[in-house]
Amino acid sequence: MNGLTLRNIFFDEKIRSILIQAFVVGLIGVGIYSLIQTTSYNLDKRGIDTGFEFLKNPAGYDISLTLIPYTNTDTHLQAYFVGLINTLLIAVTGCFVATIIGFTIGIIRLSTNWLFRNFAYAYVEATRNVPILLHIIFWYTVLLELPKIKEAANFLKFFFLSNRGVYSPALILQDGMGIVFIFIIFSIVFAIIFNIWAKKKQESTGVQLPVFLINSGVIIFLPIIVFIALGMPLLWDHPVLKGFNFKGGMVIRPEFVAMLLGLGIYTGSYIAEIVRSGIISVSKGQREAASALGLKKNIVMKLVIIPQALRVIIPPLTNQYLNLTKNSSLGIAIGYADLVHGFGGISLNITGQAIEIMAMVMATYLTISLTISLFMNLYNKSVQFKGNT
Amino acid sequence: MKYIKSLMVALTVVLFTSASFADTLNDVKARGMLKCGSNTGLVGFAAPDDAGVWKGVDVDVCRAVAAAVFGDANAMEVVPTTSKARFTVLQSGEIDMLARNTTWTFSRDVDLGLEFVGVNYYDGQGFLVPASLGVSSALDLDGASVCIQVGTTTELNLADFFRMHKMEYESIPVETNDEADAAFLAGRCDVYTTDQSGLYAQRSTYPNPDDWVVLPEIISKEPLGPSVRHGDSKWADVVRWSLNTMIIAEEMGITSANVDSHLSSDNPSILRLLGKEGAYGAMLGVNNDFGYQIIKQVGNYGESFERNIGLSTPMAIARGVNSMWTKGGLIYAPPFR
Amino acid sequence: MLMRLLNVSNFSVAKKWVHKNLFSSWASALITIFCFYIILKIIPAGLDWLLFSADFVYNFRGEQIIDRTFCSKVIEPGQHGACWAIIIVRWNQFMYGFYPVEEIWRVNIVFALTPFALLPLFFDKVIFKKQLIYFTFIFPFIAYYLLYGGPGLTEISTSKWGGLLVTLFLGVTGIIIAFPFSILLALGRRSKMPVIKSVSVIFIECIRGVPLITILFFGNIMLPLFLPDGVNVDNLLRGLVAMTFFAAAYMAEAIRGGLQAIPNGQLEAARALGLSYWQSTIQIVLPQALRISIPAIVNSAIGVLKDTSLVLIVGLFDLLGIGRAALADMNWMKLSHEVYAFVAIIFFILCFSMSRYSLYLEKKLKTDNSI
Repeated sequence: MNGLTLRNIFFDEKIRSILIQAFVVGLIGVGIYSLIQTTSYNLDKRGIDTGFEFLKNPAGYDISLTLIPYTNTDTHLQAYFVGLINTLLIAVTGCFVATIIGFTIGIIRLSTNWLFRNFAYAYVEATRNVPILLHIIFWYTVLLELPKIKEAANFLKFFFLSNRGVYSPALILQDGMGIVFIFIIFSIVFAIIFNIWAKKKQESTGVQLPVFLINSGVIIFLPIIVFIALGMPLLWDHPVLKGFNFKGGMVIRPEFVAMLLGLGIYTGSYIAEIVRSGIISVSKGQREAASALGLKKNIVMKLVIIPQALRVIIPPLTNQYLNLTKNSSLGIAIGYADLVHGFGGISLNITGQAIEIMAMVMATYLTISLTISLFMNLYNKSVQFKGNT
Repeated sequence: MKYIKSLMVALTVVLFTSASFADTLNDVKARGMLKCGSNTGLVGFAAPDDAGVWKGVDVDVCRAVAAAVFGDANAMEVVPTTSKARFTVLQSGEIDMLARNTTWTFSRDVDLGLEFVGVNYYDGQGFLVPASLGVSSALDLDGASVCIQVGTTTELNLADFFRMHKMEYESIPVETNDEADAAFLAGRCDVYTTDQSGLYAQRSTYPNPDDWVVLPEIISKEPLGPSVRHGDSKWADVVRWSLNTMIIAEEMGITSANVDSHLSSDNPSILRLLGKEGAYGAMLGVNNDFGYQIIKQVGNYGESFERNIGLSTPMAIARGVNSMWTKGGLIYAPPFR
Repeated sequence: MLMRLLNVSNFSVAKKWVHKNLFSSWASALITIFCFYIILKIIPAGLDWLLFSADFVYNFRGEQIIDRTFCSKVIEPGQHGACWAIIIVRWNQFMYGFYPVEEIWRVNIVFALTPFALLPLFFDKVIFKKQLIYFTFIFPFIAYYLLYGGPGLTEISTSKWGGLLVTLFLGVTGIIIAFPFSILLALGRRSKMPVIKSVSVIFIECIRGVPLITILFFGNIMLPLFLPDGVNVDNLLRGLVAMTFFAAAYMAEAIRGGLQAIPNGQLEAARALGLSYWQSTIQIVLPQALRISIPAIVNSAIGVLKDTSLVLIVGLFDLLGIGRAALADMNWMKLSHEVYAFVAIIFFILCFSMSRYSLYLEKKLKTDNSI
């Protein structure tokens, strides 16, 4: 009898589900417990301290690409932020480049010209079937073959191209530039409000205003007028070859450019395929119906095809942006000072705090990934068919 | 489900090949093979040749230990390690010893659970520049772009040096020699800095080594030596005395070529070293003729030096501070008795 | 055939095709001319570099090339063909790493067996499918025995493995080992049990949310800290563990897509017939779901294979790593274009054929329309 009841209990759906879950929880609990035990024993035996105290110690090494103030006397925490910002910098610019390449190639893939279309196809296949790391290393090798610093090629008079990067004049802001910036912001705000108002007017009266023309005029000319009126409060700082390097001006380093090209081209071909299939997914009938209504070709593209294609494009596009952000960690192969290379590499070497540093680096990427997918999900919901659950 | 379960079990068995390292010497003997951690490729110290055979002064230390334990210098294998992972793999027992141009420092010896058993190369961080740059001192490097091979002390020493002399620089950190090489040769940076031995190694691989100059300044002291895990002094002794044997052999003028003729020497200390007198091998836990085997198969310290990095090699490093103490250098071993 | 092509009616068809596809408008015609120009510029120059002016075993003087100083382009500034000798001389290293020459036959057997192990994962209708699937799951162990050695075979430590061997070992073994885990994860993610579901979701999202390189560092530097005394896993296997985690998470998402396409009614009907969860899942849901998700699985497999190149950062000599090691050799340095081109071509062949195959499957699935 006893066996029978046990049998019954075991085969009861609910009880079994609870048992299995309890078992899994137990298993994970034991796993984590023993993991912590062994790890702390190992750390103890090897004399490795745990904790995040090391973040307050001076890092002691230099990073050449810094967007926030940093010297070698700053702390490891500051080095972390420098790395994080460099990662974000390459991720954002990389996504930008990849999107431009992707949309261009994706549209060419749909060209009516057979040769052009297949040209794009060959390009896509050739780039995306080669590992991203190879792309990055290859571009770096190519950039290193540019003229050496002493033979830097001068173009457009103020720009210098060498294998240490592109040197360009830098802007030095003078008093009064703040007012110009205020006007730039003001004109953008105006443009947005005007856009909304014009749309409302179009909806109520049907009159279409040349919104684009007016807005671009305001955004471009208003700040320029103010800028000239204030007596052009700007100075150019030109790069000059002095000693070993150019002094002054701005420099875009080859490590950054190689990352940009590698990430942009590799991810761009994935985006191209996404764009292509997104546009194809908008059925031919839609296009024809819109044309039959007498809408112009570019209006059809803008109002009928793109909004629908975007619905299909955005989820996989987000994925590509995430992949690009993660792949930006390959900067370590060519010395781009991102989060993994600087903080996750040099700081780790110096302090020996492998667990803490890797945990911080991984948590950072995880946060970036989850944040981007969260925002994209929200956006995605907003562009989905209303009323289509 | 069944397959999955059995797969998991089998996987665990395959993945976790067990080894305990309370007594490394016994483990090594049981395995019949020495696992020696070294570089991923640094010419002259540890690098594979076209046939894939590892060569270099660090590799010779490994070979000497293998000769001592097994009487066969080839009974060892080189495990390439990155600078990041080298200590972890030693501590975890994946390798038996580490001979990978590693600097002996206080914190590594005391805090990291390593035990350094000696020094096989006295080094210091230096600078390599193209001769065409016309620089003769590191103090002229204000504003230069510097390629740094990421180690643990290199970038710190560099930062200190430039800060101390109030100079500016652009740092280009790279992970491996190959990258540093590519960047430096292409002119991405003016200066390449790492341990001087590394600079010589690097320079030797260049098409015209004479077009490159190693600057005289040494901005740190870097005694490089083999290390083992803390807490196994028996094994540490084996490695220590394998290295010492090579040094003593040079001091006594015993080479791989003439070692056989010394077997009938009148000098008792030579006979002790070659295992003809006393039971020194037994005390160490290896064969009594371990000294003979090391010298016969690997050679003495000087031979190893000349063969791998000496003046006749492309590396062309002069003995300098790495000369015998009898010749004004720092290479010295305690007496064998 | 030629006669038919020259046939007048076909000629007019061709003319129509050309007109429609290449010269339909002024813009199109301009683009066509531009494309022709580029093709005429690139292809002859590319072929010239790759093949016609390139050195293989002998240089243009007829001497055998033994290091870079014998390359035609090094001797004569006028010569600019590739110098493939670096690949040919180091061919064994590119294929097998530092594997002992007399034991290379073992690697070759494994290379030859690999396609059979992959067949059941990639094809849905294969003869002897049942038998092959057993083979697939024991293949990692056969491969490991042959490559690493054991009773009857000399032991070849993994630090001697390299080149294509390591690339394929990490890619193929990683994918095969990850496959069952990914099925469990995908099922877990769709499970009604909150604990199972959240564990699967957390695992999948954590792996997919971080770069592979950090997982590799995790395996390389941190794994030894997590293991008890006396247990140790060598560098290649640590890389394999990382690749397996990575592949499992990505393939789980591919399989989840397939599972979602199976109407819930099927499972409910099967349960109503008295089949248990596992019975209905294994016999009814999974076969259909896997069939649908094969293209997506192949795509993630391509991703995993390409990403194996990252292991060079943790000191393993994969195909790209061996290439970089060759470039570090004083005898061969500065031939980076040849090495990178060679590595790119190998990866291209592997990945392109796989992606064509997944495309073909997708088309076939659409026309089959069985679901």
